[in-house]
Amino acid sequence: MLFYSFFKSLIGKEIVVELKNDMSLLGTLDSVDQYLNMKLLNVEVTDAEKFPHMLAVRNIFIRGSVIRYVHLPADEVDVELLQDASRRDAAQAKASAKVQASQAKSQQQKGGHGGGGGERAVVPAS
Amino acid sequence: MTSTLETFFGKKVQIITNDGRTLIGMFQGYDQTINIILTDANERVYSSFQGVQTVPLGVYMVRGDNIAVVCEVNEELDSGLDLDSIKAEPLRPIVH
Repeated sequence: MLFYSFFKSLIGKEIVVELKNDMSLLGTLDSVDQYLNMKLLNVEVTDAEKFPHMLAVRNIFIRGSVIRYVHLPADEVDVELLQDASRRDAAQAKASAKVQASQAKSQQQKGGHGGGGGERAVVPAS
Repeated sequence: MTSTLETFFGKKVQIITNDGRTLIGMFQGYDQTINIILTDANERVYSSFQGVQTVPLGVYMVRGDNIAVVCEVNEELDSGLDLDSIKAEPLRPIVH
């Protein structure tokens, strides 16, 4: 969710989105969702001569899965803040993975003793 | 969640698919995976040898997996286009 929050902080700014079909779109970021689908307003194709497919288009919804790069305005990004947030995110993910692993382990132990007989009865002998 | 597509309801939209096709139609509905239903759909076929060809399709449901972008068509600008004179290479497919 970190990058979702990050992109939300860029709403209203001008960005260039490069797609996986080599088309680049310059526009104002209007909204973004959890899949990093993005909606851009007042869009221009950066190589309009090569791509006259979007001449009658101003507002575009881009599916997150087809985005290759997002070119950001450098002065709108606090790189240090982003690094700190990334580290915190990674540490949190690590901690919760640890908790999950120990929970799974204790569950397994329980199953081995008490629930073992019952479970066996459910599974058909094949 | 994907409240972003709501503003396109009932409007003319242009979908570019992952294989580079361009579909134009009236936007009727969508879901969380960006499956989309178009009515009065047409495909615009671009070629570097001749102008844009329009192929009528009817009602179309496009699976979200295959959709790259959904554009709101500005009808004023669109009706001003001279499709016969637009020549362009077909769009490249999306390569993941």
